[in-house]
Amino acid sequence: MANDRLQDAWRVRLVASERRRFLRAMAALSAGSGIASTGLAQVPQNNGVHDVPADASKVQGYPLADESYGMRSQFETEVRRRFKTATPQSSWTMTPLESGVGIVTPSGLHFERSHGGTAVIDPAKHMLFVHGRVRTPKKFTVRDIRRFPAMSRIMFVECSGNGLTEWSKPTMRTVQFTHGLTSTSEWTGVPLATILNEAGVKPGAAWLLAEGGDAAAMTRSIPLAKAMKDCFVAYGQNGEAIRPEQGYPLRLMVPGCEGNMHIKWLRRIEVSDAPFMTREETSKYTDLLPSGKAVQFSFEMEAKSVITSPSGEMTLDGPGFHEITGIAWSGRGAIRRVDVSIDGGKTWRNAALQSPVLPICHTRFRMPWRWDGREAILQSRCVDTTGYVQPTLGQLIAVRGLNGPLGSIYHLNAIQSWHVAADGKVTNVHAY
Amino acid sequence: MSMRTSAAVAFALAFACGVAAAADAPKTPYDFGTTATDADLARFVSPLPDGRGLPQGSGSVLQGKSIYLQQCASCHGENLQGGTGDRLVGGRGSLVNGDPAKAPVKTVESYWPYATTLFDYIKRAMPLTAPDSLSNDDVYALTAYILAQAKIVADDALMNAQTLPKVQMPNRNGFVPDRRPDRFPPPAKTPHQSLAIAPAK
Repeated sequence: MANDRLQDAWRVRLVASERRRFLRAMAALSAGSGIASTGLAQVPQNNGVHDVPADASKVQGYPLADESYGMRSQFETEVRRRFKTATPQSSWTMTPLESGVGIVTPSGLHFERSHGGTAVIDPAKHMLFVHGRVRTPKKFTVRDIRRFPAMSRIMFVECSGNGLTEWSKPTMRTVQFTHGLTSTSEWTGVPLATILNEAGVKPGAAWLLAEGGDAAAMTRSIPLAKAMKDCFVAYGQNGEAIRPEQGYPLRLMVPGCEGNMHIKWLRRIEVSDAPFMTREETSKYTDLLPSGKAVQFSFEMEAKSVITSPSGEMTLDGPGFHEITGIAWSGRGAIRRVDVSIDGGKTWRNAALQSPVLPICHTRFRMPWRWDGREAILQSRCVDTTGYVQPTLGQLIAVRGLNGPLGSIYHLNAIQSWHVAADGKVTNVHAY
Repeated sequence: MSMRTSAAVAFALAFACGVAAAADAPKTPYDFGTTATDADLARFVSPLPDGRGLPQGSGSVLQGKSIYLQQCASCHGENLQGGTGDRLVGGRGSLVNGDPAKAPVKTVESYWPYATTLFDYIKRAMPLTAPDSLSNDDVYALTAYILAQAKIVADDALMNAQTLPKVQMPNRNGFVPDRRPDRFPPPAKTPHQSLAIAPAK
């Protein structure tokens, strides 16, 4: 083990020194070979940043490393951005949906919501305990979990607080900050039913507690019926191990339900006859209405869509053709239809859905648009396979009320409006 | 029929017959993992609202006060008024609201429906800089102090596995089940419109 680490360290050093040699050689060549300086040369060379030749077809490209973990182009700059909460440990970062194409979120841009920072866990030492109302309390290593027959599912995870700033007035400028707490990955793991069956669930069991191994020991109660139906314990994300911030080495996936139930750094499942009424499911992730009553266990993320381009802070390059595109998703099933309006919801046109259209998954929609250069308000409205129609904000407020500036905080799935000014500038507005 | 197939069939049958049948199955399908012992599970505490799962130990309001000032006040405030950490007391009567400009005040006193949750959360997640470091006695004492400051228990209250589940929280009946999908009224005929404002952060 220690020997492996030593070898790894050597390898890194070797690669770095090779690269330095190569760059020195390139720099020497550049004087007479027409390689233009870009001003990026000051950026540390080990950061995947390379000198840019005037014509890439006239010089050799940079060499293929014997071993590497690839990086995106040095010209791509989109990043997650953190909402400035009181501490950077209990905080969230948001996915730049405006630059996303397709339906899958790159793992490094998947939104984060953590309640006690990102836990660092050695998978060789991590255990998953299953106990409570079971015949045999069990513990599993990560290797044990990986031995079970596996499954994969491409699905979205959305924080139920997505859009919490937008209840009473348009607040954030970009779709990253209005909608960026949703992301889609391919998740790979083992059905939770398989693992529960190893311990043998006893009669009378109705709920289970899922607990994370982070500083918050994040806990949520989940109905046993849901656990047996389609929950799974994931160890893979987009073809590799789950990212640390997504719960490495094990994360509970609860398809269609609010993100905080997808317990990261999963270490324990306790089977019970009743919910545990943890802090997160009583004082936090409940939806307080103006009546003083709060809706509890509002698990499902309802159908929602948003136009990601054009979206807030973009400027259209003049009248003419523009593709309106965005994503739609539902925790209750697949997206059946998306309509787009350019006049603030007075008239609607059917958008094309790009395949694959999967249940509980981001679905990409597109609509061609010839902008006439006049003011417009762009909206998208989705319908899922249960027939549920995404509401306007006015409709949602009629049911949920406006209880303080943040409304009832969670589960805002209303239609989003983007205003296009005559100069092409796009801004976040309320129009309902 | 391979072993894996027969195991899968056995599992499918067990699942089809429901949870009770799975419990009656003579042998687990894969037999991965090992038995978790009481010692393995001793570090985990997850009380239910009826008190099952609460550990031994006890603590008084007075003991809780000194622990609070040392361990909690820097984030939650000398008077439990909040800071970087949540406000813990006050806010009763603020939940019935409906004012778009004024937020309801959600605290342990005004909002939390079960006292056992307080023990549970402090035990595993607090204090922020050293979670899961307080003894059960300390956590019972802190629970007693916060509940006393919230005027929910008397200043001479002693909290333990017997007394804590009996504490009646003011907002015990404040929660209703999820009845979504909602039935919405038709969209407005006279649309409301407001322009964007710059983000605060």
